[in-house]
Amino acid sequence: MRKAFGILAVAVFVLTLAVGCGQQGQESTAPKVDYPTKPITYMIPFNPGGQSDLEARRQQPLLEEFLGQKVIITYKAGGGGAVGWSELVNKKPDGYFISGINIPHIILQPLFREDAGYKTEQIKPVAIFQATPIGLAVSKDSPYDSLEEFIAAGKEKPGSITIGGSGTYSGHHLATLQLEKLSGAKFEYVPFTGAAPQLQAFLGGHVEAIFGNSNDLVQHQDKMKILAIGSQERFTALPDVPTFIELGYDMTASIDRGVGVPPGTDDEIVKILEEAFMRIANNEAVQEQMVAEGFEPRAMNAAESLEYIQAKTVEYTAVMEELRAAGQ
Amino acid sequence: MSEHLMVALGNVFDPVNFLFLAVGVAAGIIVGALPGLTATMALALLVPFTFTMEPGMALMVLGGVYVGAIYGGCIAAILINTPGTPSAIATTFDGYPLTKKGKAEHALVTAAFSSGIGGIFGAIVLLLLTPLLAEVALKFGPPEYFWLAVFGLTIIATLSTGSMLKGLMGGAFGVLLSTIGIAPIGGDMRFTFGFHQLQAGVELIVALIGFFCIPEVLLMVERKFNRYGSVTYKPQKGVAKSVILELLRKPVLLLRSSVIGCFVGIVPGAGGNIAALVSYNEAVRFAKNKSKFGTGTIDGVAAAEAANNSEVGGSLVPLLSLGIPGAAPAAVILGALMLQGLRPGPELFSVFGGITYTFLISLIFANVVMFVLGFYGSRHIARLINLSPNLLAPMIVFLTVIGSFAIRNNMLDVSIMVFFGLVGYLTKKMGFHPGPICLGLILGPILENGLVQSMLLGKATGSMFHVFFTRPISMVLIVLSLVSVTLPAIASLRAWNQERKGGVSTA
Repeated sequence: MRKAFGILAVAVFVLTLAVGCGQQGQESTAPKVDYPTKPITYMIPFNPGGQSDLEARRQQPLLEEFLGQKVIITYKAGGGGAVGWSELVNKKPDGYFISGINIPHIILQPLFREDAGYKTEQIKPVAIFQATPIGLAVSKDSPYDSLEEFIAAGKEKPGSITIGGSGTYSGHHLATLQLEKLSGAKFEYVPFTGAAPQLQAFLGGHVEAIFGNSNDLVQHQDKMKILAIGSQERFTALPDVPTFIELGYDMTASIDRGVGVPPGTDDEIVKILEEAFMRIANNEAVQEQMVAEGFEPRAMNAAESLEYIQAKTVEYTAVMEELRAAGQ
Repeated sequence: MSEHLMVALGNVFDPVNFLFLAVGVAAGIIVGALPGLTATMALALLVPFTFTMEPGMALMVLGGVYVGAIYGGCIAAILINTPGTPSAIATTFDGYPLTKKGKAEHALVTAAFSSGIGGIFGAIVLLLLTPLLAEVALKFGPPEYFWLAVFGLTIIATLSTGSMLKGLMGGAFGVLLSTIGIAPIGGDMRFTFGFHQLQAGVELIVALIGFFCIPEVLLMVERKFNRYGSVTYKPQKGVAKSVILELLRKPVLLLRSSVIGCFVGIVPGAGGNIAALVSYNEAVRFAKNKSKFGTGTIDGVAAAEAANNSEVGGSLVPLLSLGIPGAAPAAVILGALMLQGLRPGPELFSVFGGITYTFLISLIFANVVMFVLGFYGSRHIARLINLSPNLLAPMIVFLTVIGSFAIRNNMLDVSIMVFFGLVGYLTKKMGFHPGPICLGLILGPILENGLVQSMLLGKATGSMFHVFFTRPISMVLIVLSLVSVTLPAIASLRAWNQERKGGVSTA
């Protein structure tokens, strides 16, 4: 009996490890509202160990320092984030439950699924702190040396070139559709269940090309030819890779990470959270780490994030309507 | 390599580092033993703590937790028929029957010893053969995964000892359960019945707890009311030693299981659960006396445990060489590596060789620590089941609720667990084993992804036949599947023939 309780006690101990070891630091200069006065739950709608999780873990000690409260990271994975976000929009809007948000996921899911469980506009963005441009790559021994050649082949033999990506109606899928629309070429998009299986299939030569996240492209750049990247301007970590825009295809493709709160959260509370996240986003050490890992640091505040999400929503709605019209 | 090895040995035997390693293993065992707390979660919780450690030490702790957690899963599997981690499914098949015979310590010591052997085997393969084997991981494309899943499903023939029909029905039910949620390809919603939480599908661990654990607790309560003898454990002297001596006489079993475990681990996406199930299946196939499996033989436990711990080393092969994690816990270790500024690839073995070899060698010693803890702890842990059902049953139920909630912080998962528990209890009475159902649930997604992706590849290249039937690894898997299905059929035909002949001669 005592042993059993011992096991339970240790289990509780292991769980409380989650609380972390941040320092109790200076109070932020908060006006009016008395926030935060208790620990904040930071939900990641993906599995532990993914990039969203790692980002949150990087922020955790700094957040605790700036907010003067413990930050507890929890996971609610499933449905490509949808399960977590449908929980977020039903939470009490008191600022003690915040969630990682990913764009375009939060736009595409409600757009393409009957019952995603939430609507894009229900999520109130606090900040966007990281971008991962999506690039198109072929293997080192591929016959295509440029985007032009690749697209020419896609026009000559429509549907014979396979492009691997992560997920259906995901950032990678939409990038493929956009490229097809702008170029008139046709490819065969093969969805995988995540970045790891996608890369494995590509490196093993099972698919001819991939739309991949910049960090994966940076990590494996010596094994591939990166034809173009979806950033607005040239990407810091891959300075020799042209953008789609430079090459005459007016498209950007990127996965952006940020943080959001439930609808109806007090603007004063959002402001306090925003300030903490912006301080981290502007932290030079954090930015340097991100660049080295193949990301693009961003520091978009609440208003800028909202504007960005709305602009992207308009863009993707147009793509979706064209798809519906085309009968896909 | 040799100068890196010297640095590494110095690091591993640094007293503080070694202490951290040992604590990591112990913590891992506890996490693994509790259903619902997984190695992946334990590793993710640890990652922020490793920021401030030097890389060698950080990786030693993480490696220790990983090794400990995969072993820890066997404790709940053996004592209460509930896999503490999915890797321990196959351990329940013979581990729990041993406990029912009063031989819990036999099972636990077997698990500790074979886990240690398997783990060390996997770590040595990782240390010596990584660049060579990494290529194998890349050979696995969608068609190979499809055939791997088909081969995996043939294990049902082994698992359904009673009735093949019931085994197949269970397997089909499992595959069907795996289709709940968003389709991995096409993005359609399937069988969610308006619950948007079901978008995420049925979590394997939740199903495992439901199908394995709840029926057992209900039977425990039933036995109490019927005044049947309940499960007990009486400490005996010398069990540990005699069990290990017996296992040492079965080097082929241990070696075969370790090789299978390691190989399955190298294939990304096929985890310790598949490794242990395949290994158990092969142990039955090669055994002289097949009927003893499932009734409580240490061979069954050894096959499962050697394989699932050997898988740890295997799953790190594609991770360290290519940056592709072979299993979910390995994905967290990849994250930790990146945060330490280490990038998987050849550099890891040259520029950062000191750190990498520290990690690899520490994995070997983590297995030694694990064995020592398991060896001396078994007789104490085994006593847990001597608790009165009045205490034990509610405590287990409490843990199942916590476990099924903790895995995704989802209340619906608790309801699903209870529902499956009741279904599992009723179907068990009708002679269905939970093994095939869970096998279907594990292999369903691999089967579906492999099939649809292969068809898309076939559409692009213009030849389905070429994609499915001309690739070398696929061919091997097809042959294995055919053998796996036809051999038992031939064996039973022969037995039937002999019976008839025997009948004629006596007449």
